[in-house]
Amino acid sequence: MYDAGKIIVGLLVFVALATSPLWFNALFGESPAAPELKLPTNGSTECVEARDFMVANHMDLLNQWRDAVVRTGTRDYVSTLNNKTYDMSLSRTCMDCHSNKTEFCDACHTYLAVSPYCWDCHVEPKGAD
Amino acid sequence: MDGSRREFLKLAGLTAIGATGASSVRASGGASSATGGHAEASSDGVRLAMVVDLRKFSRDGSLAERCIEACHRAHNVPDFGDDPKNEVKWIWTEDFETAFHSQEFHFIREDLKGKPTLLLCNHCDNPPCTRVCPTQATWKRDADGIVMMDWHRCIGCRYCVVACPYGSRSFNWKNPRLGLEDIDINFPTRMRGVVEKCTFCEERLARGQQPACVEVCSNDEIVFGDLNDPGSKVRQLLAERMAIRRKSGLGTQPEVYYVIDDPRTLQEFAPAAVVDGAEGGDHA
Amino acid sequence: MLEKALSGNRTYWTWIFFLLAIIGAGAACWFWQLNVGLTITGLSRDVVWGFYIAQFTFLVGVAASAVMVVLPYYLHNYKAFGKMTILGEFLAIAAVIMCMTFIFVDMGRPDRILNVFLHPTPHSMMFWDTIALGGYLVLNILISRVTLSSERRGIAPPKWIRPIIILSIPWAVSIHTVTAFLYAGLAARPFWLTAILAPRFLASAFAAGPALLILLALIVRRISSFDPGREAINKLAEIVTYAMILNVFFVAMELFTALYSDIPEHVHHFQFLFTGLEGNSTLAPWMWLSVLLAVVSLVILINPATRRSETTLILGCIAVFFSLWIDKGLGMVIAGFVPNPLGQVVEYAPTLPELTISLAIYAGGVLIVTGLYKIALEVRGQMKA
Repeated sequence: MYDAGKIIVGLLVFVALATSPLWFNALFGESPAAPELKLPTNGSTECVEARDFMVANHMDLLNQWRDAVVRTGTRDYVSTLNNKTYDMSLSRTCMDCHSNKTEFCDACHTYLAVSPYCWDCHVEPKGAD
Repeated sequence: MDGSRREFLKLAGLTAIGATGASSVRASGGASSATGGHAEASSDGVRLAMVVDLRKFSRDGSLAERCIEACHRAHNVPDFGDDPKNEVKWIWTEDFETAFHSQEFHFIREDLKGKPTLLLCNHCDNPPCTRVCPTQATWKRDADGIVMMDWHRCIGCRYCVVACPYGSRSFNWKNPRLGLEDIDINFPTRMRGVVEKCTFCEERLARGQQPACVEVCSNDEIVFGDLNDPGSKVRQLLAERMAIRRKSGLGTQPEVYYVIDDPRTLQEFAPAAVVDGAEGGDHA
Repeated sequence: MLEKALSGNRTYWTWIFFLLAIIGAGAACWFWQLNVGLTITGLSRDVVWGFYIAQFTFLVGVAASAVMVVLPYYLHNYKAFGKMTILGEFLAIAAVIMCMTFIFVDMGRPDRILNVFLHPTPHSMMFWDTIALGGYLVLNILISRVTLSSERRGIAPPKWIRPIIILSIPWAVSIHTVTAFLYAGLAARPFWLTAILAPRFLASAFAAGPALLILLALIVRRISSFDPGREAINKLAEIVTYAMILNVFFVAMELFTALYSDIPEHVHHFQFLFTGLEGNSTLAPWMWLSVLLAVVSLVILINPATRRSETTLILGCIAVFFSLWIDKGLGMVIAGFVPNPLGQVVEYAPTLPELTISLAIYAGGVLIVTGLYKIALEVRGQMKA
């Protein structure tokens, strides 16, 4: 290999630079306070599935709901938590309780720097913010 | 309208069941495609269709506009004013002659000539648009024949727009929310870069409602129902009246029918007694 | 081998940076399009495909035309094309990449491009076109790399590459056939609903592609010690001649069928193209220019004296290339949309950002050709100091 030394040094420099945000934060950064989610104010105490499941898997569940409604025309979801039947709808079911997008959805998504495209089309309830 | 409401709820129920398996539809619907006037019916179960009575529409000058308004409001269809380049529409009107331009109507009755004719997705039984889609973002539902769209999946290649012989599909050249003042929270808007069109109000059917444009029509100006059910209103109307479809020669089997005859002309072929009885009155 | 494209004299780098500047301008316009939407193009509800897709269609032909040097050399052992095959294959690589880029910039949601592979759909011609183009790119990269590196080491290419080269011949035909099928299978568009579309695509491809290859070979000869050889150029010129005659013949057949049958929905598109329809004649001057260039090119090419004279041959090749670029790109695609399915005539003209993006993609293609040709010339030691 030609210029092996230069290439290896170059690669090391690149890796160091590319991972610099991680190092920098680990050494000097203060981790920002974990977001506080605003719980439903309409008296509802349980979600369509268990809390921990929802925290970890709500995005997969939403994708399942999306495909069920749009592609197979199925709209009823039977919860494994309480056997209740729910309408598989982001704006009518989820946001019926979690009506404040800014304080619920965005709080976490902003913290984690993810930007799901749900609200490019789906509409949050009015007067929520 | 009690009867039609009942027919509707039945239909909606069937649609919901049918979505999970066509067999259950056949069992409860008792539909038989062999009996139908529907040429070479390919789908079992429910086959949704629409019959537009153009004579009735010509009597109510603003009805078509009200249908468009109801549809576009219910589905958050953007309005970019006088900007044909970015236009998005699910249902709209053209002159009768333009709507059926390949049929070349000349010297026709005054109540059809130049009259605004409602156009929308034909929900073809043999849709060319779904055939060309590279991602199955548009497809025909087996259960009821609705040509659906998945706006989450569409890649915006516009091949379906190219393949549609009816100009029924619109592309979102820019963010549709720029053309919306009020947004109905019960239905999503679309995003820039996807294709959209009429879905026969499948979301309303699922809730037991009629399509938005049909609901506006209080006097059966548009009739909606199951073409595979010999007792349905659409079938009755097609059996009694003269209806045409747009570009039927292409073999797409459009499921939007247009009644063009004058019911009074039928009387000429009816028994003499009936003709005598009806002749005197309305000839306005 | 790629490092050979990374060293060069001042002129080389000036040229590279000139191309990069155009690509930069196009990239800026594309980011704008990405943010605002395809509304910045001249496309509309009625004319949904335009300049981008026209370039794509034309360039598929350029890509396929590599077969016109590969086939005689590998199948018929026609030695005169020995030096040319690599130029043809490299041109094909650049053309396919341009094709893919044109499709990409035409997409409403380029972020979802993987959906084509996540939800493969055999009943869509677009799915097959993706496979055909992708496969053709891989084939040409593989073949050109293996043959060139063998040449560099002064050995014969390995035996296993030969069946792959043979496979690339029908594959080249397939990319343009499937591209024609994108259009020819649509009941909605009578203008394209013609069995001769695929043969016509191939004929025009085998005229325009080799014409471009002749021009490129002559340019390369000027700036290096590479010499394609008199015989190779003459033979390619003959191929261009036959293909152009066939293409014009096929177009005439289209015109006869449409005009003699006099079916309005077929006639209207040709009227729009050549005379204008309902006062819209945006394409008519272009189409007549295309006709004029076709006539000029045929006069030059059919006459053996002018075909063999390099000066007139160059003119003939330029005429073929631009005649077909207009006819097959703009004319073929846009006339399919005008009049629209309701018989209405709608205007379309590409906008400045649309043209800038297109120009940038062409600049990208030229950049690839430049780099790859440089490699080929360096390997053969034919680069002038």
